[in-house]
This record gives sequence, C-alpha cells and structure tokens, in this order.
Amino acid sequence: MREMMEKLREASIRAVSEAADVDSLEALRVKYLGKKGELTAILRQMGGLSAEERPVMGQLANKLRADIEQAIDSRKTALSSAVMEMKLAAETVDVTMPAADIRLGHKHPMYNVLDQIKDIFIGMGFKIVDGPEVELADYNFTKLNIEDSHPSREWTDTFYFKDDSSILLRTQTSPMQIHAMETSELPIRMIAPGRVYRKDEVDATHSPMFHQIEGMVIDKGITMADLKATLNLVVEKIYGEGTVTRFRPHHFPFTEPSAELDIQCHKCGGKGCPTCKGEGWIEVLGCGMVHPKVLAGCGIDPDEYSGWAFGMGLERLAMGEYKIADLRLIFENDERFLEQF
Amino acid sequence: MNLSRKWLNEFVDLPLSEVDDRAFAEAMSVSGSKVETTEDLSKTMKNVKVGKVVSIERHPDSDHMWVCQIDVGSGEPVQICTGAQNVKQGDLVPAALDNSLLPGGIEIKAKPLRGVPSYGMLCSFKELGATSHDFPYAIEDGILILQGDYKPGDDMAEKMGLDDHVVEFEITPNRPDCLCVIGLARETACTFNKSLKLHEPVVKAAAGGDVKDMAKVVIEDPNLCPRYTARMVKNVKIAPSPEWMAERIRNSGMRPINNIVDITNYVMLEYGQPMHAFDFSCVENGEIHVRRAKPGETIRTLDGSERTLSPEMLCICDTEKPVAVAGVMGGENSEIVGDTAMVLFESACFSGPSVRRTATSLGMRTDASARFEKGLDAWNTEKAVDRACELIELLGAGEVVGGVIDVIPEPLKKTTVKLEPEKINALLGTDVSEAQMRKILSDLGFTFDGDIINVPSWRGDVEHYSDIAEEVARFYGYNEIPTKFTGAISSCGGFTPEQQCERTCGEILRSLGLDEIITYSFISPTYYDKIRLPEDSPLRDSLKILNPLGEDTSIMRTTVLPSMLEILTRNFNFRNKTACLYEIGRVYNKRPDGLADEPRIISVGMYGEGVDFFVLKNVVATLADKITGKELRFVAEKENPSYHPGRCAKVYVGEEYIGVFGQIHPAVADNYGVDCELYCAELSFGKLFELRRELAVYKPLPKFPSVSRDLAVVCDKSVPVGELIACIKRFGGEFLKDCTVFDVYTGHHIAEGSKSVAFSLTMRADDRTMTDDDAESTVKKVLSALSEKFNAVIR
Repeated sequence: MREMMEKLREASIRAVSEAADVDSLEALRVKYLGKKGELTAILRQMGGLSAEERPVMGQLANKLRADIEQAIDSRKTALSSAVMEMKLAAETVDVTMPAADIRLGHKHPMYNVLDQIKDIFIGMGFKIVDGPEVELADYNFTKLNIEDSHPSREWTDTFYFKDDSSILLRTQTSPMQIHAMETSELPIRMIAPGRVYRKDEVDATHSPMFHQIEGMVIDKGITMADLKATLNLVVEKIYGEGTVTRFRPHHFPFTEPSAELDIQCHKCGGKGCPTCKGEGWIEVLGCGMVHPKVLAGCGIDPDEYSGWAFGMGLERLAMGEYKIADLRLIFENDERFLEQF
Repeated sequence: MNLSRKWLNEFVDLPLSEVDDRAFAEAMSVSGSKVETTEDLSKTMKNVKVGKVVSIERHPDSDHMWVCQIDVGSGEPVQICTGAQNVKQGDLVPAALDNSLLPGGIEIKAKPLRGVPSYGMLCSFKELGATSHDFPYAIEDGILILQGDYKPGDDMAEKMGLDDHVVEFEITPNRPDCLCVIGLARETACTFNKSLKLHEPVVKAAAGGDVKDMAKVVIEDPNLCPRYTARMVKNVKIAPSPEWMAERIRNSGMRPINNIVDITNYVMLEYGQPMHAFDFSCVENGEIHVRRAKPGETIRTLDGSERTLSPEMLCICDTEKPVAVAGVMGGENSEIVGDTAMVLFESACFSGPSVRRTATSLGMRTDASARFEKGLDAWNTEKAVDRACELIELLGAGEVVGGVIDVIPEPLKKTTVKLEPEKINALLGTDVSEAQMRKILSDLGFTFDGDIINVPSWRGDVEHYSDIAEEVARFYGYNEIPTKFTGAISSCGGFTPEQQCERTCGEILRSLGLDEIITYSFISPTYYDKIRLPEDSPLRDSLKILNPLGEDTSIMRTTVLPSMLEILTRNFNFRNKTACLYEIGRVYNKRPDGLADEPRIISVGMYGEGVDFFVLKNVVATLADKITGKELRFVAEKENPSYHPGRCAKVYVGEEYIGVFGQIHPAVADNYGVDCELYCAELSFGKLFELRRELAVYKPLPKFPSVSRDLAVVCDKSVPVGELIACIKRFGGEFLKDCTVFDVYTGHHIAEGSKSVAFSLTMRADDRTMTDDDAESTVKKVLSALSEKFNAVIR
C-alpha cells in the first residue's frame, strides 16, 4: 500500500506539473482526489490493515493529499500569471505616442504676478480694494497734496473728460488711499491694484494704460520702521529670501518722508552690470509715511494715527520676472505669447 | 545735473583718493541725491601730448604729406606724418602718440604712411572732441596750433580739464536747490560729515556810478516775477573764457561760448540761478518791463527761431518790444555779440508753472527753464548777480558799474517750523537725540530760535514737521532706521466674496481652455460702426477723452466686444490656428455726475479648429452653472446686430438676464478682415455674482436604484428642444430626476416640417425601489404634457 501511494504521488505530481491549463488541472484534481479518485480507491483498502499500520498509513495518505493539493494550487497560480502576462503583453501601448490634447487655459502673465502679490499681502492681514478709474481730479491730485500747478496735471500728461480738468482717468492708484481713508474703518491695511492711465505713446517701455499696485497701512503707532519691516518682507517674498534692499530718499507729494526701495541686482550682486545699468541696484517701488496733511484732509487725526503707503508698477515687475523685453507684448495678447506662462 | 568733482572740491574737501566714484555715488544716493552715472573723463583721452614741431619736410613719396619730428618732452623727437597743410616748424601741436586713445574710442597706433614710419597722429580740435568755442583761435580744417600756456610733454587731457570725474545726478523736482554745485556741495558736506566752504562774492565796481541812473526795471506782473535783480557792466571786452572756466562749463555738460555768456552759465551752474546778459545798447530807452506778451507779439530767440508769443507768457521787454522770453531764452535783438560794450546782467525769479508752460508751448526746454519751472529761491538773485560781476572783474572782461537794481514787489516769505523731536521719532520709529537732529539741520543750513527752526530760503520744500523728519532721516540714514513691525496686526485680510467669485470665474474659464487677455479700456468711436451698433444705440453714448493720444484710444468703451474682436483679429492675422480667450474687464457707463459706472463684463472670444456655437455654449453654460448652480435658460436672439441672427442666444438664470453669446455676424467679421467664424460672449460678472450659489448643503445619496426609459417624439420642426425639456421637467412628476436629449432627427420616415427628438429619462423614488407602474405613469405624464403643449406624438 505504501508502494501504491508512492506511485500515485509520482504520477500525480508529474501530471500536475505538465497540465497546460486551469481546466485540465481541475480534471486532475477529480482524477486523483475526487470521491471516485485514485487516492480514495487506495484508502478503501485500509480496512485490510492491522491496527498498528492503519494510523501510519492514514497519516501518509493525508500527507499525500495535501501535497497533491498544493501542487495543483501552485501550478494554478503559475498558469494564471502566465495568462495575465500574455494579456498584458498584448495590451502594450507605445508610450512615446503623443497624448490627445487637453487644453488648459493660461492666466495672463501679469496677473500671475499680481495674484502672487495679492497672496503675500493677504497673508499679512491686508484687504484688497477696488475703485473707479474715471476719477475726480480732487482724488487723483488735490487730496494727495498735489498742488494745482503740478506738471502731472497738465493736459499733455493726463487724460481729461472735462474742460475744467475736474474729471480724468486716474494717473495712479494713489487715489485709492483717499477712498480707503474716507470710507474704511480704522485701522486700515489694504492694497489696491488696478489700471492707470498716462498720456504716453506706445513703445517698448510705455503704454497709455498700465497697472499699479497701491498699498497702505493706517493705525496707531505705525512708523517708518514698520514700513521697512513690511516691505522688506514683501520684497523677499517676491525676489527670494536673502534679497538685499536699500531705502533711498525720494519725493512724492503725498508721503513724507518718502523713499524708493531698491534691491541689489541679483545678476551681478551689486557690482554693476547691464541689467542694473551699472548701478548695482534696481528700483522696485516708491513708498513713504502718509503725509500728515493727507491724513488730516481725510478726517484722520495725524496726532493719533499714522501710516505708510507704497506704489509699484506691475508691468515692470512682470517683465522682470518673465524676462519680457517689450511692454507691447503684454497688451498684444498673442496666443503664442500667452500660452508660455 | 552733471557735477564736476574738481569743481565740487572747491567747496568740500573730498579728493578722489579718499572717496572714489562708486563710494560717492552710493553715499549720495542713499542720502537723497540719486546718482545715475559716473564718468572718469581722463579715460576718454590717453597718451595725447603737447608736441613742438622741431622739423618738417616733404614726404618723399607724396605730394601733400609732411614728415614731422615732434618734441614731446621725452628726449628723442618722435616722427609723425601728417597730411595737414597748416603746420610749421616751432608750432605747438597735440600729438596722439603710439597706443593713444581719442574721444569716441578711436585708438591710434604707429604705422607706416606710404612707406614712412609714423609714430602717432597730429590732431585737430575736432579729433580732441572739442569745438571752435574751446579753441576759438584755431582753424576748423587743420591741426590745432596751440596758443597760450602749453609746453612739450604736457598731457592734453589734463590741459583740457579731462583729469576730472563727472557725476550725473537725478534730482527730484522738489529739490531745485540741488541743481547747482553749491547745492550738491552742501549735500555732500553733510553726507560725508565735512565742512562746507562757501565764498561771499566781492564786487569792486571800479566803474563807479549807479546802475539805477542808467536803467530802470518795472515788474508789471508781480505774480509771475517776485524779484528782478540787475547789474551793469561797461567797456565790455568780449573774449574767450579762460581755460579753467571753459573746462568747468564743459565738464558740466554745457558749451563755452564767450566770456560774458560763459559767466552767466558758470553762475547758473555754481549758484543754481539762471542769468541773462543783455546787450544794453539794444534795450530801447534803457527800460526793462517784465510783462505778459501782447497777443501776436513775436520774438526771434537766440536759437534763430521766430516765436509767436501769447498773453500767458511772461516776457522781458524794453519800451517797445520783447527782448527775452522770461526764464526760457533771450532774444536775438539783444544778444551779446563781438562788439557789445555795455551788458545788463539779469538775475531774476519767475513763477515756476508759468515758465514751464511757456517753455512747453514754445517747445524749447532750456537749462534755465528746467531750473525755473521747479520754483527757485528768490533770495538767491542778488548773490548770483554779484558773483557774475566778481567774475567779470576777475576775468578783466569789463568794468562793473556801482549799485544794484533790485525790484521786489511783495515782501519775500520765510518759513519756520517747530522742532518736535518726539513727533519725529514717533514717525520714524527711531530714537534720534534732539542734539543730533539740531546738528543735521544746522549742517543743512537751517537755523534755530529756541524750538523754532528757520528754514533756509533755498528749501522751499520744507514746511512741515514731517519734512523735518525726512531731513533727519536722510542723514541719520534711511538704512539705519530699524526694521521692525511696530503696528499691531489688528485686521484680518482676505478676499471679499466678490473677489473670490472673480477668481473662481477665471479658474473655470481657464480649465475650459481659455487664455486670459488684457485689453485697453479706451477704443475708437468708429469701432461701434465696425460691430454694427445702430446709430441710436445708447451704447454709443461714451465718455469722451478730451485730449486723447489718438482717435483709436479716444472714448471709454461701453462694450467689450470691439476689444475682444481686435485681439481675435490680431491672432488671426498672426496666423494662429485657434484662439480661445477671455477677459474680465470693465465697461464705462456715463453717469449724470460726469463719472462712470464701471461694471465688470466677462468677455469670451474664440475661433478656429473645433470651435462652434455649442462649444461656446458649453463654456457659457459651464461657467454660469458652476457659479450660480441654478437652472439656465437660453433664448434665441435675432435682433443683436453684432451677432449671426440664427446663431445667437441670450442666457438667463431664472428671469435674470446674464448676457449674450453666439457667432459674430459675418458682416462684422468682414469689417475686421476676418474670413472665419468668430464666436463671442459678453456676460455680466455682477449678475453672476449676485446669483451665485450659496454654500452647498449635502444631499443624502440615493438609497434606491434609478430606472431609465428612452422615448422619441415627433413634433413640429420649429419647436425649440429647450422648451420640450423644460416641459418634461415641469410635468414629469415626483419620480423624474433627469432628462437628457440624445438624438434629434429629420428626414426619412419623418414627415416634412417635423423632427424626431429622443430623450432619456432617469427616474427614481426616494423611499422605495421603483416599480414598472411608477415608471409607466411618469412616461405617460410626460407624453401627455408634450402632446398637449406641442402636439408631439410618440414615434
């Protein structure tokens, strides 16, 4: 009987290992292990064994059953992974084939830069405000401490809608300082980006319409140190950590003291190169402490409150960031230009 | 403003060896005098020496050239060939030696000329970058034969004053006092903590007498001329200026002319006070009248142009005629010429805006007008005219007459400001001591009466404690002010809902493949014709710019359509196959108060491959649906003249009109020279925002399966599918959850004038599994409604 079982083991393991597909494996299972299978037939002869031999043979038979089952299972696994492999091979694609075009639109590069700046200021607790482009001369000039005879009021510089020069296209976003001071509750932390207009013919660096970002903080205890801290942080966010800045006295009628903020030329590290026109520094924005006369003109007591403001040109910033050499590209809106950003 | 550092050194002891150009530029820029460029003039001319012609002989191989032996002070004479004919033995000439550099970057090297070695070049004054004013005795077409204090071996660059460095400043308009050497010297002294050495002009007035007996000055318009000061010079000898004066004038960017004119320019450069010299013999009756021009009056100015004046312009006149345009330019009729014997020096103060407007309208901005227009110090005129007279005496250019004419119609004002150190420190965020503040201010020329600061007359820009704070900050150092947040963060930033909505609109449009554009807010009125706006359209009532750059940018747009069409056309002309664009831009609607309502319009424009009406509709519908989350309604629009009458729709959210979209009318496209289909949409951002979806609230997911039924109905061809869908949704009953169209068919098997529309209905009960009966009843409801409303029958 032991011999019969050994024979069966040999035959069945070979048959299983030679089975070509899952179906023939099932047939082998029935053939060897089924109710009418060969192992069962052998076991039927157990009755003729002695009481001592029976448990030994029983054990051997169970081991044989387990071994055959395992052989069938592992053959089955091998067969099905081969099938899977064939299937996968048949499904192979040419990964270098171009994919069908899914067109995503593009934000205008200048608004990319604007959104970056909005996010920086929002992170610092600023609000974004918006105001009219067709503006009163009062807001664009007078309330900003710009005297009646100031050259920027000339009809050669500013677009007017009224013969008495009372209504114009704003030449700067600074009137938003006045609107904010007149309508907002204190304290104020705001930026006001928008379109501005000056009577400049179109060329590589000029456009009669362009964009500025105004910013202003009014609160108790605001100092020039605060202006420096905030704008340094903003400039680092825009131009990268470790950007070296310098503040340089300048003149704006509506801030006093006034300053221009320069960054050290990142190309030459301040030695002087064509990018910075040999100066080592690049002008980034104008700023200053809100003139106490402007505060008072908006009904804010300059003895109690102080503030600072800044203004920067958006086109130049975007042109610098994306290395755009000609301003006309910004307003040309050529698809081939727009889809680069 | 170009500053000669040699000249500067006369007032502040600051040699180049101590502070080089770069350090000077940096320090001056951060104290408020922005330096644009610096230039080492000596680098423009190198190795050009004064040479003496020792011998000269004919070139053996040329009938016009000469071979000269030149003594350049270094022992052996140098052989140089020249083609010039004006050189003779014993002459002193400029010799550019081997490896020399001439202005304009021209390099000279030794080389044989027709076989004879030549170790350099003899130079004309032009080759030295000079003009006949610099060497008035020299001929134009020949070698410069030097006269005066020259000896062999002298360095020409040094002799011509090129051993100097020139610093170009960009001075802000509030600081006209810095448009002169003394003003910049004061800033320099304060910046480098040096003393400022000023000089009081002393006039001997050897001619005696009194100018007041010889001339009379009347200011007829005191508003435009707060002060007029004048002095007289007799027995004038017109001659070239000495080299030191010519050199300073040249290095400051002006041209030497003759001693009298040069003195006026020298004083302007030194004191910042523009001056004018009249040939007094040409001043009719010896009277100067400062008055506005009479209508139609003319003057021929020094530049040789005939100018027509107008009554806004201030003129310097004699009893008969204008002799100068005040503060701008003198007249030819009183010009200093070779035989001028009597000179009247004018040193006056004119209204800045008046000079600016006059200079602009005459189209001649001069060195004088550029200074006057910023508002000059009226206290400066007498000192300046004295300095001019002092220079006359120094140069021996004439005899100064005694006395000064000085007309001051109204008392000149002085400004005082209270010194408030705490306020200044509070504004700056600093802790500068009062003593330091007083030191800075004193160095700048401010004086004190206790706490009262007397502002120097030349500082018209200082009138408020914040101005004083700026002075303190400039010399304390802007970059020394702490960098410290001093305000409490007491506000919460963020986008308003409207700004968020605008951002979302942009995101949706970009995800639909549209690129963002930025267009001009102003357009040409003719663009309304191009988009076929009717003559009586209210949109034509635009805000008009009274002084536009040109017609194309002369009115504020009331519609974004022309802007978008212009950009589509441009892309089409660039041969871009496809363009899908959007802009969220404003239109400008006239208001009764003269200002404008400036609502934002979402403008979409498309053309090219795969673009048709339904692609555009998809963009419009997706945007409106995502923003509002409400039912949209599309109504055919046949009346809009800009759009194709059969391919244009108005879109509504409920009853609210949102905007219009469709194919641009081929006639409009033709007006833009485009022969493909253009598609545009104009949607009101304001309306979309108003109707925006509130916060989404979770709806439980369906627990029971849905059932779908397809059905096709035949109806009249003219029935809009949208109305069929609306009818189905309205009358489908509680189980109907969705209805979509999957086919519209006309032709075979369908009667002429009819169409078949196939719908797919999705039905579901919320509380149980639907039965067939439920589904049948829904279909029945739908069919009966369609039949009743549209005579539609099941196919």
